[in-house]
Amino acid sequence: MITQMRRAAIWLLALLTVTFATQAYADSIQVTGKADLNVEAIGMFLIFVLMTLGITKWAAGRTKSAADFYAAGGGITGLQNGLAIAGDYMSAASFLGISGLVFAAGYDGLIYSVGWLVGWPIVLFLIAERLRNLGKFTFADVAAFRLEALPIRILSAVGTLVVVAFYLIAQMVGAGKLIQTLFGMDYLYAVVIVGCLMIVYVAFGGMVATTWVQIIKACLLLGGASFMALMVLAKFNFSPEAMFQKAVEIHPQAGAIMGPGALVKDPISTISLGLALMFGTAGLPHILMRFFTVSDAKAARKSVFYATGFIGYFYILTFIIGFGAITLLLQDPSFFKAGAVPAANGSSPADVIGSGNMSAVHLSKAVGGSLFLGFISAVAFATILAVVAGLTLAGATAISHDLYASVIRKGKVSDDKEVRISKISAVVIGLFAIFLGYVFEKQNVAFMVGLAFAIAASCNFPVLAMSVFWKGTTTWGALIGGFLGLFSATIMVIMSPSVWETTLGHEKGTALFPYDNPALFLDVDRVLRNMVVLETRSQRTR
Amino acid sequence: MALDSDALIERVKSDPQFHELVRRRARLAWSLTATMIVIYFGFVLTVAFHKEWLAQSLSGGVTTIGIPVGVGVILSAFVLTGLYVARANTTFDDLTKGIIERVKKS
Repeated sequence: MITQMRRAAIWLLALLTVTFATQAYADSIQVTGKADLNVEAIGMFLIFVLMTLGITKWAAGRTKSAADFYAAGGGITGLQNGLAIAGDYMSAASFLGISGLVFAAGYDGLIYSVGWLVGWPIVLFLIAERLRNLGKFTFADVAAFRLEALPIRILSAVGTLVVVAFYLIAQMVGAGKLIQTLFGMDYLYAVVIVGCLMIVYVAFGGMVATTWVQIIKACLLLGGASFMALMVLAKFNFSPEAMFQKAVEIHPQAGAIMGPGALVKDPISTISLGLALMFGTAGLPHILMRFFTVSDAKAARKSVFYATGFIGYFYILTFIIGFGAITLLLQDPSFFKAGAVPAANGSSPADVIGSGNMSAVHLSKAVGGSLFLGFISAVAFATILAVVAGLTLAGATAISHDLYASVIRKGKVSDDKEVRISKISAVVIGLFAIFLGYVFEKQNVAFMVGLAFAIAASCNFPVLAMSVFWKGTTTWGALIGGFLGLFSATIMVIMSPSVWETTLGHEKGTALFPYDNPALFLDVDRVLRNMVVLETRSQRTR
Repeated sequence: MALDSDALIERVKSDPQFHELVRRRARLAWSLTATMIVIYFGFVLTVAFHKEWLAQSLSGGVTTIGIPVGVGVILSAFVLTGLYVARANTTFDDLTKGIIERVKKS
């Protein structure tokens, strides 16, 4: 009976999504007066959706216990988990953003992408296997292992939910805008479709479905990006030097694109960003959760090795794609806004249709025609879906496993009930995400991923790391430190120039905190926090 | 049963090979962590203070030294994780298995 209802609900939601898509299609024709819709893209996206819904149905049948729901019953292999981790990490923002950065500024894009990778070895060396061995479903299991469970669970759950919320806002708004551009679909429809699909994946298929959505998306993204990079290199007989030469010839910044440019303004900002990325990666709840899906420490280690390989390979691809976009797009007026190209040569990357972040999408048309453009657009949509599904599951688990089962019911709760609470949480988070996506439509949300990383680096990671590595850690020390990190990261990011001046529109130079990435200062704060811990310990022993 | 596993844990803890294992694993993990930090911040500080060094031509063409250096940092992350997994999944896991078997027998 319940399975039948569940099945009916899945199909209802799927139907709703398709209806919405069709409706959006019709609307956009009416409003714009022209079918500015990408039919190939929508077709391929529908295939993806049907496939993933099929997987969700299959996964729902296999998801019975809490362990199935949160951790896919520990039945994911190292390679599969590596792909899923890479899928979690390679967001549409990193694909389009980094290739767009390379397109606009060349080498700076490489510097930026390197920072996003170097957190992974740290995760492997210090976190992965301890997490696998000590925890069950969430990193709070590990953090609470040696400390007083209740307050630490609350801290970890709050840290998780705050990180998930900021990450989700950035993804939802990005999704709406991207889909608006790629599919010619209304912003709100796009946000609702993303929200509904992620609810279906998470609430019905749990970790099994979420993992497979990630794996499929990672394969599609890596395959598509490989094909693009290959096509670009083939045009230059596989000689990077020839490609760089052409790029230098036609890029307005000429030779400057081959070396470090304006991205790194001052060393302090750079080091600070580096720290945020390094330790933030090791504090992202939806990533940490993935280590519980494998059977043992051996598989956990392997999964980080594979993930590092896939992500590193992906960043090298985006670098080639960015340069490919320079060489193939800059001289083609059809990719530029009307009137933006004064002559056959010398057009600015910023004048490309839909801003520089669309360069990878335009390039897909240049190398593979409209069918491949459709494929890449569908992959971008799928990418967002997979990332938000992972985030939703992490948030739902924090609510049901950490807050409900451990804090409110003190562990006295049945598996069934806990999973039910988790599913309800997933639905609520999904609806909340749609609401946030709607509210933040007109805001510049680019800083929110940075904020999520800063909070992960200064709240989640230190609490986890200290409880694992330092026997002297006390509950009070971790609590004070964790909340201090949470608040100081949030306040410093809000007071930074990119939010205070650019987003909130205050006058230039009025930002109270002069750097965009506060992790370095949070590091000072982390040292202070250790002192708080020491202090409390010595008081207790006295 | 619970008492048994507790006793087992105590015996593992007093096994001299166990301490050897813990020490070796920690040494490897921390030295690889330090290596990654040195490589990454070495790269970033070069970007911040010696831009011109990275921007010079690699071999007369437009390709700069910065390209192989940047790609090298990416590859180093992959190689370091590979090193750790190779050691941990063979030597350390074998040691662990050996310790557990010996302790169970005794």
